[in-house]
Amino acid sequence: MQSLLEIKNLTKKFSLGSIISRLRITAVDNVSFGIKPAEIFTLAGESGCGKTTIAKMILGFEEPTSGAIVHKGRRPKKREKVWFTQGVQAIFQDPFGTFNPLRRVDCYFFEAVHNYKLARDKKEAQELINRKLKSVGLSFEEISGRYPSEFSGGQLQRVSIARSLLIDPSLLIADEPVSMVDASLRMSIMNLFKKLREEFGVSVIYITHDLATAYYISDRVAIMFRGNIVEMGPVEKVLMEAKHPYTKLLRNSIPEVDPGKRWSGKITLSDIEHEEYLREGCKFAGRCPRAMDICKREAPEDIYVDGILVKCHLYRRNRILIKDGKERQNSQHLK
Amino acid sequence: MSVLTAEKLKSFYVLDILGAEKVVKAVNEVNLEIRENEIYGIAGESGCGKTTLLKALYASIEPPLRLISGRVFYVRDSQEIDVYSLSKEEKRRLRWEYIAYIPQGAMSVLNPVIKLKQTYRDFLDSHVAGKTKKEAFDMTREHINKLGLPAKILDAYPHQLSGGMRQRVTIALAALLKPRIMFADEPTTALDVVVQRGVIQLLKGIQEILGNTIVLVTHDMGVHANLTDRIGIMYAGKMIEEAKTEEIFGNSLHPYTQYLINSLPKFGDKGSRESAPGSPPSLVDLPSGCPFHPRCPYAFDICTEQMPEFLDVGNHHKVACWLMKEGKDAIAS
Repeated sequence: MQSLLEIKNLTKKFSLGSIISRLRITAVDNVSFGIKPAEIFTLAGESGCGKTTIAKMILGFEEPTSGAIVHKGRRPKKREKVWFTQGVQAIFQDPFGTFNPLRRVDCYFFEAVHNYKLARDKKEAQELINRKLKSVGLSFEEISGRYPSEFSGGQLQRVSIARSLLIDPSLLIADEPVSMVDASLRMSIMNLFKKLREEFGVSVIYITHDLATAYYISDRVAIMFRGNIVEMGPVEKVLMEAKHPYTKLLRNSIPEVDPGKRWSGKITLSDIEHEEYLREGCKFAGRCPRAMDICKREAPEDIYVDGILVKCHLYRRNRILIKDGKERQNSQHLK
Repeated sequence: MSVLTAEKLKSFYVLDILGAEKVVKAVNEVNLEIRENEIYGIAGESGCGKTTLLKALYASIEPPLRLISGRVFYVRDSQEIDVYSLSKEEKRRLRWEYIAYIPQGAMSVLNPVIKLKQTYRDFLDSHVAGKTKKEAFDMTREHINKLGLPAKILDAYPHQLSGGMRQRVTIALAALLKPRIMFADEPTTALDVVVQRGVIQLLKGIQEILGNTIVLVTHDMGVHANLTDRIGIMYAGKMIEEAKTEEIFGNSLHPYTQYLINSLPKFGDKGSRESAPGSPPSLVDLPSGCPFHPRCPYAFDICTEQMPEFLDVGNHHKVACWLMKEGKDAIAS
């Protein structure tokens, strides 16, 4: 099936410091992935791993250093913002930051209807807005004439989702949509994404650090570390049978909601983050419990093991690379 | 043995907005007994009064927050001290030596223009008199080493450290004078999962070394499951359930707690999860009776009229819910 959105070798470098001591940090390093229609794809990782930078580049807020973003088989040009946003919409972390506190919430809806020419008159617009609000469990009466401060975080996040649905997008980019929402309402937002996928066939790029919710809603997941995708595949396999040592560490660091499964053993943390970005070879080598000599010299390539992409020298055995389709299945992981 | 008790503690924010008085009932008749050598967790959603409860227990109440009624006792050398009867100076002497408070966002409390060893020294100077510079430095280094943090950080400025390391340095600072009680307010929030584990590891280590009591406030139930011995669940300024951690996760009785626990996603179980209907009430305008009744699927008449008592249903499991009382009566008759 044709991909809805294709990310090809995307790279973003940021410069830090002054002219004299310039430091180039690769925030996103040669990342490629594709999103299929009606799929929930999760980008997971710690802060500073580049997940939000990818979202910003897809939405056109940041210019990629190199690489391409292909939407419906076309590379959107700068002028084609309207064409692009008709298909791709964003939901941000803080719903109170999304809306201007001095503007009524319904203004945003009417403005979007006007900008995209979705209705002929006010009555038709209202009907459309009401229909979209209904799909997130709200109604037009509940929002009309009210200011953002009159809503709770969970409600406002739903308003934000309804707004993005106005033009029937095929892809939603949700950057940490539930981290500011109360714990008891979090699952209602998660269930909403599931519903949108099932009923309207909307794809979602879900960006999060919370692997538990990622496991709950997504079909495929990519684990990012310092700008690289270190493991990518179906969520069941990546999170339940983690292969990359970093995924294992991340997975074991999630406190399980079961007092019978407390942690035992200790972990080491990195003291200085800059070092990891600038490290040659595998960026995780400094903390990896199974680091070998080669890890410090050479960056690992993308290796496919049972249909899962793993960026790790541990699985290198026969140097089976992505290009070779036949040999993929034969590759086995090295104990 | 208890180290801290609160009796009918009531602490409200009283705001004066254009002549109209607005009362935010953040801590509403909370009874609490925290024992020696335990980690006690306080859980609840944002805006349910967790942090205000900590402030009231720490006797650090400043306007617009006011103490309406109730008392807080600390037990020091088997003597009960009524905290709100103490003078400012007496309270100051108790702090850090007997009771320490790690506020939310503790990583930003460090002075950015002095090295960490100087921060530690300032701290020692103001609480322990008569230490020479060398003595203070040795004591600090020994303390840092004991907690498993690298001693080289003492020569660093705060901005040179990562957020997680700063958070751990601040926690270590709070433990420097071996307090009997430590309050930690959201110590893991805003940290990455791996770093979060490091912070929890440190708190656990401190509790094991000092054998003291930690009161941990966080909304993250995973952290509670991992660290605490007992948990109190707060909803709209009231304590609604309290039990051993295993009890709360395995056999919760209050409908709100059940929603809270059952809505948590688990690995290996993709079954659908539902969150509680509706949204939390505003503390300015609380519903009558039990504050959870508008969202509760089991609510009946009495729930809308009266707040249920916080009763022990056996095995030190306390619940404030009419279902328990009515259910018991039904069984009795």
